[in-house]
Amino acid sequence: MSDGWPLWEVFVRPRRGLSHSHVGSLHAPDAQMALRNARDLYTRRQEGVSIWVVPAAEVVASSPDEKDTFFDPAADKVYRHPTFYEVPEGAAHL
Amino acid sequence: MSTHLDRLLALGDDALVAAQRLGQWCTRSPEMEEDVALANIALDQLGAARLLLSYAGELEGAGRDEDALAYLRSDREFRNVLLVELADRDFAVMIAKLLFLAAYQRLRYQRLAAGEDARLAAIAAKAVKESAYHLDHAAMWTARLGDGTDVSHERMQAAVDEVWPYTHELFEDEPDLRLPWLSTVEDVLAGATVRRPADGWAPGGGRDGRHTEQLSYLLAEMQVLHRAHPGARW
Repeated sequence: MSDGWPLWEVFVRPRRGLSHSHVGSLHAPDAQMALRNARDLYTRRQEGVSIWVVPAAEVVASSPDEKDTFFDPAADKVYRHPTFYEVPEGAAHL
Repeated sequence: MSTHLDRLLALGDDALVAAQRLGQWCTRSPEMEEDVALANIALDQLGAARLLLSYAGELEGAGRDEDALAYLRSDREFRNVLLVELADRDFAVMIAKLLFLAAYQRLRYQRLAAGEDARLAAIAAKAVKESAYHLDHAAMWTARLGDGTDVSHERMQAAVDEVWPYTHELFEDEPDLRLPWLSTVEDVLAGATVRRPADGWAPGGGRDGRHTEQLSYLLAEMQVLHRAHPGARW
């Protein structure tokens, strides 16, 4: 019967100050039930303080075919990485 | 007037039998997500039952622990209301039973959480949040089935009609809880376009150990392992 209920993507924020991360997906008949199913499936062990659910059909994803044009051009641009700075002594958390 | 021990057994047995019934839905729900949701609710009920029956056993002072009370009593010794033992003929019946039970348990636990017995108050304070969630789950489904298709509406209405008479027994001990219970339940039913059944036949007897035969089958399944292998663990 899974084809009856649409798929939802679930994002959970583990605690205040962190951002929501994708944790998985689930089936639900509508948004309210999706939120509740997400609570039961993904936060049973106190994994989070906030949940987002998004209809999987609404997610626009980059195509695997476009991988080369999308991501390869960044490969040889080392100057985009912050590796040319000297880290001051004692700055532990940069 | 029932004693404190009777009240603990009644609350504990309601939760235990409800847990067993809900657990039977695992792998039988419309979707895997609902399997997990119902199993979660069943485990909440079981958790409350364990605390309540452990306490009841200590209060009784006859050396019976939670396992002795759960697994070694016969149907006549169980104090649960008939509502929780009724077989779940279909999904709508299960939802109707959960709606009525959770609305009642939430009020009951709310009151106990402010009561004089500190240990019972602590158990109730934990359980009241769980009941609120169970109520929410049941209310959501009542709305979706009641206000869904013609078939789902018909089956939700049939379930509410079938189960309604058994709700009267919930208020034998504390009749004043029925008014706030009605206000919750009637809102949910109205929102779901389900007609609130008229009051009439009001079966009872569960609190005195007079049950339907459906409890015996439920207990047979729940108790068989412990009776065959006392104290079995895994």
